[in-house]
Amino acid sequence: MQVPAPFEYQRVHSVGEAISLLDRLGDTARLVAGGHSLIPMMKLRLANFEYLIDINELHDELGYVRVEPGLIRIGAMTRHRELLESGELAAAFPVFRDAERVIADPVVRNRGTLGGSLCQADPSEDLSAVCTTLDASCVIQGVDGERVVSMEDFHQGPYETAVGDAEMLTEVRFPVRPRGSSAYEKVERRAGDWAVVSAGAAVWLDEDGLIADARVGLAAVGPNTAGIPGITQALRGQWPAQELYSRAGDIAAEACSPVTDRRGSAEYKRHLARELTVRVLRRAVARINGQGA
Amino acid sequence: MTTVAGNGHRTAFVDNDQKPCGHGRMLRKEDPRFVRGKGRYVDDLQLPGMLHLAVLRSPLAHARIVSVDTTLAEAHPKVRLVVTGAMLAEKGLAWMPTLSNDVQAVLATDKVRFQGQEVAFVVAEDRYAARDALELIDVEYEALDPVIDVRTALSPDAPVIRDDLEGKADNHCFDWETGDAAETDAAFARADVVVSEDIVYPRVHPAPMETCGAVADYDAVDGKLTLWSTTQAPHAHRTLYAIVAGLPEHKIRVVSPDIGGGFGNKVPIYPGYVCAIVGSLLTGKPVKWMEDRAENLISTGFARDYVMRGEIAATRDGKILAVRTNVLADHGAFNGTAAPVKYPAGFFGVFTGSYDLQAAYCKMTAVYTNKAPGGVAYACSFRITEAVYLVERIVDCLAYQLGTDPVELRMKNFIRPEQFPYRTKTGWVYDSGDYAPTMELAKRLAGYDALRAEQAEKRARGEIMGIGVSFFTEAVGAGPRKDMDILGLGMADGCELRVHPTGKAVVRLSVQTQGQGHETTFAQIVAEELGIPPQDIEVVHGDTDQTPFGLGTYGSRSTPVSGAAAALVARKVRDKARLIASSMLEVSVADLEWEKGSFHVAGDPKASVTIQDIAMRAHGAGDLPEGVEGGLEAQICYNPENLTYPHGAYICVVDIDPGTAKVTVRRFVAVDDCGTRINPMIIEGQVHGGLTDGVGMALMEMIAFDEDGNCLSGSLMDYLIPTALEVPDWETGFTVTPSPHHPIGAKGVGESATVGSPPAIVNAVVDALKPFGIRHADMPLTPSRVWEAMQGRPAPPI
Repeated sequence: MQVPAPFEYQRVHSVGEAISLLDRLGDTARLVAGGHSLIPMMKLRLANFEYLIDINELHDELGYVRVEPGLIRIGAMTRHRELLESGELAAAFPVFRDAERVIADPVVRNRGTLGGSLCQADPSEDLSAVCTTLDASCVIQGVDGERVVSMEDFHQGPYETAVGDAEMLTEVRFPVRPRGSSAYEKVERRAGDWAVVSAGAAVWLDEDGLIADARVGLAAVGPNTAGIPGITQALRGQWPAQELYSRAGDIAAEACSPVTDRRGSAEYKRHLARELTVRVLRRAVARINGQGA
Repeated sequence: MTTVAGNGHRTAFVDNDQKPCGHGRMLRKEDPRFVRGKGRYVDDLQLPGMLHLAVLRSPLAHARIVSVDTTLAEAHPKVRLVVTGAMLAEKGLAWMPTLSNDVQAVLATDKVRFQGQEVAFVVAEDRYAARDALELIDVEYEALDPVIDVRTALSPDAPVIRDDLEGKADNHCFDWETGDAAETDAAFARADVVVSEDIVYPRVHPAPMETCGAVADYDAVDGKLTLWSTTQAPHAHRTLYAIVAGLPEHKIRVVSPDIGGGFGNKVPIYPGYVCAIVGSLLTGKPVKWMEDRAENLISTGFARDYVMRGEIAATRDGKILAVRTNVLADHGAFNGTAAPVKYPAGFFGVFTGSYDLQAAYCKMTAVYTNKAPGGVAYACSFRITEAVYLVERIVDCLAYQLGTDPVELRMKNFIRPEQFPYRTKTGWVYDSGDYAPTMELAKRLAGYDALRAEQAEKRARGEIMGIGVSFFTEAVGAGPRKDMDILGLGMADGCELRVHPTGKAVVRLSVQTQGQGHETTFAQIVAEELGIPPQDIEVVHGDTDQTPFGLGTYGSRSTPVSGAAAALVARKVRDKARLIASSMLEVSVADLEWEKGSFHVAGDPKASVTIQDIAMRAHGAGDLPEGVEGGLEAQICYNPENLTYPHGAYICVVDIDPGTAKVTVRRFVAVDDCGTRINPMIIEGQVHGGLTDGVGMALMEMIAFDEDGNCLSGSLMDYLIPTALEVPDWETGFTVTPSPHHPIGAKGVGESATVGSPPAIVNAVVDALKPFGIRHADMPLTPSRVWEAMQGRPAPPI
């Protein structure tokens, strides 16, 4: 049995209580939500915190999917299973259900949270790629109130986020635009493995059927999940077509920075960035047109 | 799951009982406790005053130990004991023998030789404190260059790993050869076609769900040591402890309680067991050691790690003449191979496969590297996994070269039924076999011809589909004592059977289950012979104080050896029962007929006594026949005449995504012939597990190292084992070719599927990649490695 180093544990019952405790304990403390990344790291003693602040009691306060005109707001403590099962979310953003289906296993999905996934900031993490794809923004609450940062600014490197010592992520916001859809694909060596590469795409068409906007987010091919502005530029104003997706794939392969590891060679990952970008763009557009699941 | 009955072409049984083994598909007697989570494993054991042990391991693959400072750890308020290699050396316990007559450090004294090697241990009041205190031990290392690539381990400038061995100036471990080199060269010279291929079987790990561990309890009052440990071979371990510690066997009790999977990982004696014993001796308290997942993966017995060159010679029309192979074997830092002493390469000699050859030859060189020791583990039947993989891969390479169908090529070269018993060119005597019907059944179940048609259509559309075939013969049930021993201990198995007065029985066995269903299978064997219901037969095993001597469970030997013992001891009891029955029925022994469970007078079925009646008489008042003692029990020690040779035909269908190169195993047909089938449900369970293992090895599993010798596979997120999502619904079938020398005709089956499935899967992937000009690609066939092959550059994994 792997056993963590000694730590103190405190369960909190409100966001305010969590933040004041964080404020007092500084960087010796860490929030634990689902715990499926943090606890294994502590057991391996890769992460050693003196204090764990358990925020699972905040599920009532921060576990929600709220659909408003032009905006979907998801609480940071919303669990994977709830994201997977939300029909409203799947209707607006099929990319969520695509991704949740390939995240870990039911045991992890019962427990893991959206906020925990984003704050872990693993370069291979699926929901980070989804949020990047959907141009999400993150609500960070601190002692002096809240601030909102874009996904680009939220992740600051592998396992590093914009969340400060006395702050916590409370909500993620997603703009909803008309005539849009999305899709996600992941290649993994085995179910439950981290992605070799994964890609999300969101596409919005204008009234004439031209691409009004498009975004692609890739995981596991750089220090953080990244949106690729070059693809957005290349696709805007164009007719959706295979040739265009191929060009987007080339841009994705060019823009990413994979490294060779046990999951695959850098060259293969670059190939996958291309291949998966093409697939998710094609599927997202097909979904707008009412084709395909 | 689909099960299809065999052709029924062979249903003859060697025993006088012309029926298959009784109570066939009964549910497992052990399952009520397992499915409720009520199994009792080593880690469930709690003893009064028990302390906890943690092992400090080397972070480096090769380094000299300059100093070990334990001062701070000893000062930890909950620590009772800190032990270093130097302290063990003072007691003569720093080194211990391995199962291959090498030595292995219990705790390193001079150097560390692999990452994860044991350096010191702490005994503390709880396991948290023990683990915390490890971080308070200060070890100063002087790093040395590691030897990681087996192919350069013997180069003259390679650092010498085993400078502990006197006069050792290189990393050579042993050489071994089998077959006839000159005869084989001659066969190759007259061949029309010669194919050779470099084939790597990567290092993999058994990765049982329960890691290794022990609780040692030395009682200073009666001088007796009790060791509960995760062992597949309690009696063999006890004798080795007795030899090392200088204690008599009766002062050592080894208990192997419920075990959460072995697969060979729990055959060796690990330093942790010895540390737990030392900890208990020094503290006078029970001491528990349970390794964690990372420790299990990085330091305990690995499997495979053979770099092979396979060569096959044939005529133009596909008659195979000879197979030749050259093997470089990576044995890690210590030769910890668990194999009979005359077989340093295990039973790799069966690389001639199921084919009638004119010649065969193997030359092997084993070397030391800075990696964990081990060598034979993971359901391999003593290296038969490697042998079968080599021959089944190289036969497929020949089919590729000749442009023939791989099934046809195999059928053409099978050993024919009338040739059994068949002596192979490497000296193995296959006891029995009838291969063509097994292959035909697999072909029929798979719909082989339709699959080939589908493949042709798909290829025309640019889709990638492959069909892979393997055919294997295993040699299991070690073994005859004239040939086989482990450290001088012969591989015969004892068995004791006692029938109580009420007709209930207890059978005591030396083998121990790790999940194979022994409590059911052995009860069924005795039930079949004595007519006592299996529910009334208690199987006792895994405790050296309660069971007769025997060598343990591995290499699929439980049914071939202890299964035979159980049948024979029951017959011995039945012979005594016959004498008692003759006096009860007042007829001569010759006038009695046995019908399962009772004797009756010939010609008068109503004049009968049941085995239960006889048991009561044997223990009760009243006279027994002249010369017959009371009681109804017997014991024997069974020395197998030969190994048993199960065989099987496997067909695998894969689809490969042309864009991502991801392999999906769509179908898998497994037809096994393990002779007489005792409990078909248990056999199917064994086969399903082994096939799943095969998917793991073929597609994802590998213990990898970086160039500094860091193990890159120390967690189950890095060392992938397959889940239900990676495997298809297994389609199984069977034929029955009984072993002629086994009392009930049974052969071992525990490892058949692990042996037979990797070549079928790899052959399917390579078959799928035929349009890319690929003749061979090494495991593990991860998406990335398959994609590289599709680009025309398949690369070895090391």
